[in-house]
Amino acid sequence: MRKAEPRESTGEEPVSDGRDDFLAGARAVAPILLGIAPFGLVAGAAGVNAGLSVVQTVAMSVVVFAGASQLAAIDLVSRDAPVVVAVATALVINLRLVMYSASIAPHFRRFSAGAKWLAAYVLTDHAYALSVTEYGETTPETRSRWWYYFGAAATLWVVWQVTTVLGALLGARVPDGLSLEFAVPLTFMALLFHALDDRATAVAAVVGALVGVVAAPLPFNFGLVAGALVGVVAGAALELRRGTFPTVEGGSAVEDRPETDGGAAEHTNGGESR
Amino acid sequence: MSTSYTAGEIWLVVLAAGLGTFALRLSFVLLFGRVDEVPDRVVGLLRFVPAAVLAALVAPAFLALSADPASAPVAVSRLGLGLDFETPKLVAGAVAALVAWRTENVLATIGVGMVALWVVQALG
Repeated sequence: MRKAEPRESTGEEPVSDGRDDFLAGARAVAPILLGIAPFGLVAGAAGVNAGLSVVQTVAMSVVVFAGASQLAAIDLVSRDAPVVVAVATALVINLRLVMYSASIAPHFRRFSAGAKWLAAYVLTDHAYALSVTEYGETTPETRSRWWYYFGAAATLWVVWQVTTVLGALLGARVPDGLSLEFAVPLTFMALLFHALDDRATAVAAVVGALVGVVAAPLPFNFGLVAGALVGVVAGAALELRRGTFPTVEGGSAVEDRPETDGGAAEHTNGGESR
Repeated sequence: MSTSYTAGEIWLVVLAAGLGTFALRLSFVLLFGRVDEVPDRVVGLLRFVPAAVLAALVAPAFLALSADPASAPVAVSRLGLGLDFETPKLVAGAVAALVAWRTENVLATIGVGMVALWVVQALG
């Protein structure tokens, strides 16, 4: 992979190296895998228990690649719900991915078309949260947007597929007492503190948390979507009142603009798509 | 419970859910790739997504609203609501939050949080 020309770099910072960036992403996602692996085993075992074949169960993990929606669809299939209901439920649970897509898309603008499609396919809560955090604290010159994201997302993808296969073949034997799934909210908590840049983002977080808790009983992950949307509105409302909206520079969701991007496409296979 | 879906119906669920989910993921990645510049107002809104979504992911893992204040550890009886939680998770979460705030280090947060959970579970 080609290096971005370090126009903005002072020369003191290390220029990004694809392999290093991939490994950094993979390392960042490693602790999360503790929580993902039991979930994958459960998804694999649930599919087979519901009457899906091993191949169908694994195919669902490959094709859908979104744990909560897979478990919901498997549950509905096992209860002979109409096909439309099983599919619609899975999609509604995954509506939150649209928020992630919108939030991370400005960082993906300079990817080649193929890289965009591949990046979208492996987009998960975890890859999104890790990458957006890293993007907020690095420049495209020192940390390749593509390789960091792909290191985190692809590693998670591999572990999800392997654990689904194991769960489908062997059943889920997860050591219950260790509460390994607790690693996932802990990770998001650590990332949350990175995301608090100023008073407005803190307000967005507090409101998002409150609405998230209150709306948690709603089906289909609507509580998460509601919390996120109301939190975003609250943060923007505060800035509107102070006359600082939109804050474009210095925030963690700021687009990697061409002028700060060194003018080089990061994922150069085929160059920039139009 | 075993399904009475045919193989074809199962494959239909897999493909339809998979294609639909992929479309959701791809939506704005493609859209923002096509516009010349993402409008400032949109960027200004998107700035809040990580904080809001992470908070909405984290908080319900530790706290739940309960409609039965009598049995909930923290009751707001005037509203007829209670706050429900598992003490080990809440304690571990508080310790982890302190570590996350001071260090902003993911590994340290997970390490301390998991150990705190195991310790409180063992004591309880």
